Amino acid sequence: MAVPVAYYLALSAVLFVMGALGVLVRRNAIVVFMSLELMFNAANLAFVAFARYYLQLDGQIIVFFVMTVAAAEVAVGLALMVAIFRARHSIDVDQMSILKG
Amino acid sequence: MNLDTVFFLILAAAAVITAAGMLLNRNAIYAALFLILNFATVGIIYFTLSAPFVALTQVTVYAGAIMVLFLFVIMLLGAEKLPYGEGSLRTQRLVAIGLAVVLLVEAGYFMLVKQPGLFLNPAQAGEFGTVEQIGRALFNIYILPFEITSLILLAAVVGAIMLTRIEKIQRAGQTGGEEQR
Repeated sequence: MAVPVAYYLALSAVLFVMGALGVLVRRNAIVVFMSLELMFNAANLAFVAFARYYLQLDGQIIVFFVMTVAAAEVAVGLALMVAIFRARHSIDVDQMSILKG
Repeated sequence: MNLDTVFFLILAAAAVITAAGMLLNRNAIYAALFLILNFATVGIIYFTLSAPFVALTQVTVYAGAIMVLFLFVIMLLGAEKLPYGEGSLRTQRLVAIGLAVVLLVEAGYFMLVKQPGLFLNPAQAGEFGTVEQIGRALFNIYILPFEITSLILLAAVVGAIMLTRIEKIQRAGQTGGEEQR
């Protein structure tokens, strides 16, 4: 007897929901970004679990592409944070309302 | 309950606890450290899913490179703690928690109730997920997406440099204008 694949999917769902909650609740933009990473990670876990279940390598390959996109997103996002912090001296997402009409 | 399941449950508990630590900690540096622990734990879970190369990439790229970038920016900006603002998020926070519970129930329903008892067969694992197999797949079938990722990374590098340099260029232009005056 081995571990049911549903356990891995349940863990993935829990981690994804915690990441989504972090994006919705936290005010610090950097922590919002880290919650995004948590959601990427949860999706990767589901990919790897299904790759193992169906014994198809494609799931594991997709994980590398997700990691690449996450790295690019983090680089651009953190550059944005630095630019916003220089202009407004705060990275509180509540205060980023300059586009509001 | 066999040993594999116990091992998985310990790892899953560690992953959930570290994720909760990241969510609840007010200090962004501690949140980042909790997230590194979470990534390492998920890396070990990848090992149990016979994905050793993904696990090592997870530890080096995610827990190593990306989180170092996070820590570097947090320390550079000195933004580990936000000043206490007016609690305008109070009602939104309640709505968010309610919606998160709904999402969790839905995801749990589809993943646990609709897919019951799909067991991973350890006998089939054998030679699955070796680095050689991944390399062959990545450089044969997936060669085009693999090359396109280089474009994505190039665009990200150029974008990051542009976003952080704009102010300096403007300042140089302004001082140049003053000198002309």
